[in-house]
Amino acid sequence: MAIRTPRDPDEPARTEPAALTAHRGLATWGETLVPLGRFREAVAAAGQTLSPAARAAAAAEYLSTGEADDDSPVEGPYSRIVVCGGVYNNHLALARLLEEAAKRGAEAVYCLGDLGGFGPRPEKVRPLLDEGHVRILQGNYEESLAAGREDCNCGYTDPRDNHFAELSYRYTAERCSPEFRAWMGGLPRHRRVRVGERELLLVHGSPRRTNEFLWRSTSPVPFLEVLLAQSRCDGLLCTHTGLHWHRRLPSGRDVVNVGVIGRPANDGQPHVWYAEITDHGGELGVELRPLSYDHVSLAGEMRRERIPEEFVATILTGWWTTCLEILPARERAASRF
Amino acid sequence: METTTLPPLQQFAAGVPRVELAALDTLWFQVGGTLCNLACTHCFVSCSPTNHTHELMGLAQVERYLAEAVALGVREYYFTGGEPFLNLEMEAILAATLAVGPATVLTNGLLLDPARCRRLAALAASSEYSLDLRVSLDGYDARSNDPIRGEGTFERILGGIRNLVAAGLNPVITVTEVCREVGEDAGRERFFALLRSLGITRPRLKVLPLFRLGAEAERAGAYESWQRLREGDAPAGSWDHLQCSGCRMATDQGVWVCPILVNEPAARMGEALADTLGSFPLAHPACWTCHVYGVSCRT
Repeated sequence: MAIRTPRDPDEPARTEPAALTAHRGLATWGETLVPLGRFREAVAAAGQTLSPAARAAAAAEYLSTGEADDDSPVEGPYSRIVVCGGVYNNHLALARLLEEAAKRGAEAVYCLGDLGGFGPRPEKVRPLLDEGHVRILQGNYEESLAAGREDCNCGYTDPRDNHFAELSYRYTAERCSPEFRAWMGGLPRHRRVRVGERELLLVHGSPRRTNEFLWRSTSPVPFLEVLLAQSRCDGLLCTHTGLHWHRRLPSGRDVVNVGVIGRPANDGQPHVWYAEITDHGGELGVELRPLSYDHVSLAGEMRRERIPEEFVATILTGWWTTCLEILPARERAASRF
Repeated sequence: METTTLPPLQQFAAGVPRVELAALDTLWFQVGGTLCNLACTHCFVSCSPTNHTHELMGLAQVERYLAEAVALGVREYYFTGGEPFLNLEMEAILAATLAVGPATVLTNGLLLDPARCRRLAALAASSEYSLDLRVSLDGYDARSNDPIRGEGTFERILGGIRNLVAAGLNPVITVTEVCREVGEDAGRERFFALLRSLGITRPRLKVLPLFRLGAEAERAGAYESWQRLREGDAPAGSWDHLQCSGCRMATDQGVWVCPILVNEPAARMGEALADTLGSFPLAHPACWTCHVYGVSCRT
């Protein structure tokens, strides 16, 4: 029974059970039913079955092709650095971060990109970054703004997430000068930094893609071990998800999502998060630290800018109201909305 | 019974583009085989209670693939069928998987009784990785759903969803475009309203296009001859947007390129994952759907 005739789109679709689901002794091959034995024979003849040695070689080659050729200079060595994620135009949190970094004796401050977002008046972060000598990476926002893209390329897939991402990006894009955008285009996509004896790779999303989301609950140890081995680093610092976490791998390497200072961590608390990375006698010290700032003032500025109330509510309550569909099951279960 | 088959996929392969495996991030398991307690009229795998094209996978077989996947740095695991919970080892399989990575199960919801949902919630709580459940529904009432999924299924699916919610799990509801309204905001809102009425405060919805394969080809028509990918179709010369650039599908009979083509023997790439790390010809018309609709079977 071959069923190869395309139907007229206006013809009503059938509702009775498909003949193709009556399988006794038969298998479905494409759009036909064939004797089960015949399907199995075709399957057995398809594909390749490598010898154990060839499989080991294929696996080794696959793992090595992911290895990055990276001759970027290694900055440092330092004994204490402060690292923040997305700023999202939150100039009040950035100012507080710089005060905190100075108070704690940080030798350098790094920002992993996404300067823009739903906070007020994008250009206000620029002088703070200059004055604080902040070393910045290009996030997906900087990539998109510098390239004149129509969207932030955040990597969302749900229409609800994309709707609010678009509002946020358009607000920032309309307020960034050509000079600011050109400057963003010159930022590096990653940096290598030495803290004590550990060489760290700093990226926005992941070593593979600027907009890859590394959530704690969907970044398993085996995956991270391979990713860091391919990246040839002792530790990976990333952001992009908005949620901070740290995992020390069995190999002794560290993966730190430093969170963001642009919005709270979807935990009902208005403070934001950053990471302090220190040398602990050869070991890497990782501390994820909360940062309080005048979030009420920021909300006032956002309202004066007529930024949608959903974004203001996040700043005031600490609960995300937008871009929630991208969250994995575990992170979503911890959400209020 | 006419048994002529389509030309083997290789015959299409000359001159068609090939997709490279960029990274094996997602490993699928046809853990329920092609056996299902339903026989949906749009099922591109034509699953049914009598379809033994692929059999259930056992725990030991899944564990062999998990061991290989761990060494290759696979990021996440998906389980489908057929109906995965027809597999009596399904919960043991999930426990083994959640020890090494996040897991998602695609289910029709009919076997989600309260006790099973409580056990799934306990499994989810015991792992540091996400356990996600995806329940298929094809309408916001029995009138729209049951002609597709079977008489009485709407209420039974809702019962399964209620049991998940009562156990503290928030499933993703998957709707295919057989429900035409789901492509519009108003149609989506009707689903959200339905889910809220079940006590879900944070409704999650995924919409999937239809593949004109299997039962769906019979229901609504097969692919036409022009629906094929050609070299120039790749944006910026790369097929990395296709899910087959980052996934493989393990079944009881070996490893296939993707979750869509399991009824196509030529889409079987090998026995072990290491056999399947090379490229694959985008020769099947279903590849056209993935490209044009931007399909990802991932959540």
